Amino acid sequence: MTRFIVRRLLVMVALLFVITLITFLLFVVVLPNGNPAALIAGRLATPAEVHLISVRYGFDKPVYIQYLKTMANIFSAQAYSYQSGFNVVDEIRSGLPATLSLALGAGIIWLLTSIALGTLAAIRAGRYTDRVLTVLSMLGVSLPPFFLGAVLIYFVGYEWGVIPIGGFVSFTSSPWQWFLHMLAPWFTLSVLFIGFYSRVLRSTILDTINEDYVRTAYAKGLSERQVLVRHILRNSLIPIISLWGLDLAQVIGGGAILTESVFNLHGVGQLMRDSIGRLDTVTLMAGVILVALAVVLLGAIVDIVYAVLDPRIRLGA
Amino acid sequence: MATASAPGTEFSDGLDAGFAGDGGDLPPGIGPWTLAWRRLRRNRVALFFGAVFLLIVVMCLLAPLYSNDIAHVGPNFENITGTVNVGGKQEDVVSLIGIPIGPTWEFHHYFLGADENGRDVAVRLLYGGRNSLEIGAVATLLTMVLATLLGMLAGYFRGFTDGIISRGLDVIWAYPAVLLGITLGTVLAIRGLGPFKQGSLMVPAFVIGIVYIPYVARPIRAQVLTLREREFIDAARQQGLSHLQIMWSEILPNVASTIVVFVPLILANAILLEAGLTYLGAGVQPPAPSWGSMISEGIDTIPAAFHNVLVPGVMLVLAVLSVNIFGDGLRDALDPRAKVRIGQ
Repeated sequence: MTRFIVRRLLVMVALLFVITLITFLLFVVVLPNGNPAALIAGRLATPAEVHLISVRYGFDKPVYIQYLKTMANIFSAQAYSYQSGFNVVDEIRSGLPATLSLALGAGIIWLLTSIALGTLAAIRAGRYTDRVLTVLSMLGVSLPPFFLGAVLIYFVGYEWGVIPIGGFVSFTSSPWQWFLHMLAPWFTLSVLFIGFYSRVLRSTILDTINEDYVRTAYAKGLSERQVLVRHILRNSLIPIISLWGLDLAQVIGGGAILTESVFNLHGVGQLMRDSIGRLDTVTLMAGVILVALAVVLLGAIVDIVYAVLDPRIRLGA
Repeated sequence: MATASAPGTEFSDGLDAGFAGDGGDLPPGIGPWTLAWRRLRRNRVALFFGAVFLLIVVMCLLAPLYSNDIAHVGPNFENITGTVNVGGKQEDVVSLIGIPIGPTWEFHHYFLGADENGRDVAVRLLYGGRNSLEIGAVATLLTMVLATLLGMLAGYFRGFTDGIISRGLDVIWAYPAVLLGITLGTVLAIRGLGPFKQGSLMVPAFVIGIVYIPYVARPIRAQVLTLREREFIDAARQQGLSHLQIMWSEILPNVASTIVVFVPLILANAILLEAGLTYLGAGVQPPAPSWGSMISEGIDTIPAAFHNVLVPGVMLVLAVLSVNIFGDGLRDALDPRAKVRIGQ
């Protein structure tokens, strides 16, 4: 057991190293074509100015020293954007409440809704309800979040005036406003996953129903509902929960970007989007690294939890 | 059964007349592909949406036709200060406060309205569709070819090769898809990629193609790993086939159905990812149209000109939905035991 955990953590560390390295190389070496000072200096700079900038920011040092310095800066929260001059990590930190509210809220919503809809579709397999739910879930996975968000903003926000047009209100300043502002973003983000998860759960349940132990449970005289909850759901939910953990990590990492931008939530994702427009490499790099870190970390935790729950995994079956 | 038998038939028991190849009177069996095709033909819903997608593709391919002969404008023709005659009234293409006109429902000009630069939305829609679909198709091709290659190599040779390939896939996999797309997309959009200058469509196609490789390579690798243990591989080795020949003629046909099932799935996701990346600015660069960029620009002008969001958005969703439903039908046809299906 400990061997598995240790091994998994080592893999995680190696992955993190590779990710930071690749991101760094891409943004600092590949993008500016090897001369980041020229990028910062602008088009009309003289070679002397470019050289000054080069020395000031340390671009003339060898690549591996730059790498170490950059990593040190990012992790000690001392990285500053070349464009805005702001402390990058502080900016990211200020965007966290919005991103986390969105991701966690949506995560809970989609998990519960998928379980409900997936179970419903499985129980009524082949009949009208099931068909309708399947069509809806197909629609769900085909809708890009920013389009759905735009549609919601237009119809529900502008035309009907039911929900606010976007923006984020922190929970501490007004819980009710926070909730109102998060409703549409939560819905938008969840739709995609509900579509996918309810179908996965449906097929898992349908597979489980044919298992012998379910038949035994019925034979013992348990009611439909008892069998459903105690046996079928318990086993069907395991893959769903582990998928959920991984997807939650991915959402915090990337999926939230589109939804945040459309609803103007000023979270980490929107910060990333704005940085792309400005070509703010420092923010982009720091953001990508920190988010990828969180994703890999969460992924490792999920793997470990999954292994704890299912002995077949840790024994390498 | 101890019946006397003619030479050459000692091992048959007389009950097996009609196997293919011995000239018996039963027809040869129907192959799995034919069976799958028949099942697919019966799935009306999947076929309908497959047709819808084909229709969209054809319409987009005919973009130049529409642009030159019907609308008489190109996708980048800006007309901020122009006027058009709509149903007898002269109207500004873009009003004084910047609101473009909505759909005129007249084919020869601004059929679906104008965007904030006065460009014809219908023309841009078709050209944008060409771009989005082209990127999606190239990305899908890239993903499928590379993923099949890597999956087969890793699964067949195992050991060190597998180690390297799997770790490589893990790194790509660990990057959240959108972030990887942004990183690569931003960098390559500015720098270009080898022979493809910046602004080329191949750059986002390449980025999207890379992102989905692990998604396909892993299942293929898993399948090849099990296939490899089967007897017919041993038999092929005994016959002296080289590794390459075995992979081509024995393993590849068996993973073919998995590959086929993945294609529509990856295509749908590639189109969606392209739209997302372009919306963020890391995909197709302006002024080249794409459904994603049209939606992005349209969002800036909500609520006055919502048609700029609705039109490309609906097209996008329709295209992706059609691919998804058809792909679902395809999967059902190839593996009818799968429990998840759309109507019959």
